[in-house]
Amino acid sequence: MNSINQSGWKPEMGNAGDTAPATYTGNKALMLEEALIFEIGTAGTTGVDLADAPQVASRLGNLERHRDIGLPGLSEPETVRHYTRLSRQNYAIDLGFFPLGSCTMKHNPRLNEKVARMAGFADVHPLQPVETVQGAFAVIHELAHWLVTLTGMKAVAMSPKAGAHGELCGILAIRAALTARGDARSVILCPESAHGTNPATAAFAGYAVENIPATSEGRVDLAALKARLGPDVAGVMITNPNTCGLFERDMREISDAVHAAGGYVYCDGANFNAIVGRVRPGDLGVDAMHINLHKTFSTPHGGGGPGSGPVVLSEALAPYAPLPFVDKDKDHYRLVEEETAGEHHGSSFGRMVAFHGQMGMFTRALSYIMSHGADGLRQVAEDAVLNANYILRSLEDVLEAPFAHSGPCMHEALFSDNGLAEGFSTLDIAKGLIDEGYHPMTVYFPLVVHGAMLVEPTETESKATLDQFIGALGRVAERAKAGDPSLKSAPHYAPRRRLDETQAARKPVLVWREPEQAVAAE
Amino acid sequence: MTRYFTEDHEWIDVDGDSATVGITHYAQSQLGDIVFAEVPTAGATLKKGGDAAVVESVKAASDVYAPVSGTVIEGNNALEGDPALVNSDPEGEGWFFKLTLSDSSELDSLMDAAAYQAFVDGL
Repeated sequence: MNSINQSGWKPEMGNAGDTAPATYTGNKALMLEEALIFEIGTAGTTGVDLADAPQVASRLGNLERHRDIGLPGLSEPETVRHYTRLSRQNYAIDLGFFPLGSCTMKHNPRLNEKVARMAGFADVHPLQPVETVQGAFAVIHELAHWLVTLTGMKAVAMSPKAGAHGELCGILAIRAALTARGDARSVILCPESAHGTNPATAAFAGYAVENIPATSEGRVDLAALKARLGPDVAGVMITNPNTCGLFERDMREISDAVHAAGGYVYCDGANFNAIVGRVRPGDLGVDAMHINLHKTFSTPHGGGGPGSGPVVLSEALAPYAPLPFVDKDKDHYRLVEEETAGEHHGSSFGRMVAFHGQMGMFTRALSYIMSHGADGLRQVAEDAVLNANYILRSLEDVLEAPFAHSGPCMHEALFSDNGLAEGFSTLDIAKGLIDEGYHPMTVYFPLVVHGAMLVEPTETESKATLDQFIGALGRVAERAKAGDPSLKSAPHYAPRRRLDETQAARKPVLVWREPEQAVAAE
Repeated sequence: MTRYFTEDHEWIDVDGDSATVGITHYAQSQLGDIVFAEVPTAGATLKKGGDAAVVESVKAASDVYAPVSGTVIEGNNALEGDPALVNSDPEGEGWFFKLTLSDSSELDSLMDAAAYQAFVDGL
């Protein structure tokens, strides 16, 4: 019998019950504990062998450093493992549904990435001779054509680097137009339902900001806006669709009233993804609008890449567009800059950035646009709106939806904390969602709704994904309404439990110190 | 000494032509844990209804308005090191600033304790 089961391998299920022992390492299988990079490694270890620095006479004077700067000492594999282990504790769009929506990230199609990595796009330099980058210029020109066509506007400034930068571009164009006609207006009106960057932009450009209230429907109070218009109002900044997730259906009337009073209309186009292919802002009387390529046209941003905020301009503002921009003579693309602006672009308000804009975003955005086509882009907006309404109607019996009576929402479904048990808040629901395996949605914004929860599903999510999320959020909301005490201490399953935000804000620890120094500093 | 209240949830204790200003218990309970407060410096001129101080909780930053016009005598520097005083004792140790009134008739538009309580109950 000595040949039977020679290796001794005999599977068993064990009978020790559910009690999990503490591990020696603190790791829990694939859930790994990771120290700070300063707390691991050995001082002096490096990933590369570098020759000793040559002896040179120091010209630093009393700026010379007298002690070691304390760089972490890790080999290459240790460094790679450190960051890879940390990345496993992250939540990402490639891991699951992200109810923050396009504000943080929507799906980045892989085709975009492939195109952006082509050598002719990835390896160009902004100072290369124009003849050697005709293909890159063609991309900028083609993308510009799509943007003015989709928005029904006259021109587009491609160089602004992100949404708020685009807002500044639009407001500077408005100021240039007013200056050109010798009209010194000092006030910009911002509705309560606008993005928070709008008043910040207006103030940064030197304007006084005045608030316009919202109606109980969640839209701009048209009567209040009209009552405030006058010879001191340079313009209005309206987010459409607005932060309550609603379409400003009086937009045309607002624009006409503003124009009649001698002002200009800036539209925050951050939420253009809800109306692309369906509504042309130019038809609504908009004079300037930024388009977040990193939202509507799916380019990576946040931790994953830079933003890009081209600004479309009406006929009235087009002459003041910033330089440089790409123009086409027959088959040749050229760059219009200060030296070549000539008489046709002599009233440009100047330059927003050194070069042409975010080339890597342009290639990705154009890939997205061309792979969808005009009909596909329309469906993007339709699916984004359909998905948000599915969430709104599926959860309005569980969570209060303050504007559900205002009709369908656009691409975002908004809920409030009304009806939760005493002592329970939106924050508890957000923490509970972490245990369910989701990054929470936008919370406590917009400010006009108490305990706001703003869910943006985007167009890419399937019904199965949405149904699972609706089930999870509904379940957590029911616990908050029933006053389940275990929800107050959520998350229970995240790598860290609930963080003390108050203590973090009152006594922030912003710099790592060696333990003995930290003690001395106390 | 008489205490008045504003619809923006400031309180003001008036003693002759000088007064002490802070935010109400209701205001701190709505803001939550206060993490930062910025108070005006002595000599600053304040206009009724204008920005006078800043208070920040974990989630929100709010302006504190001057209930009346006047000149600042002293800001409460204790709030810099211990903003939690605004939570623990909003209508006492957590005061924001003292000022000299420039027009005591401005007090007429403010609420007394009973009127403020009724105002808060209606919110």
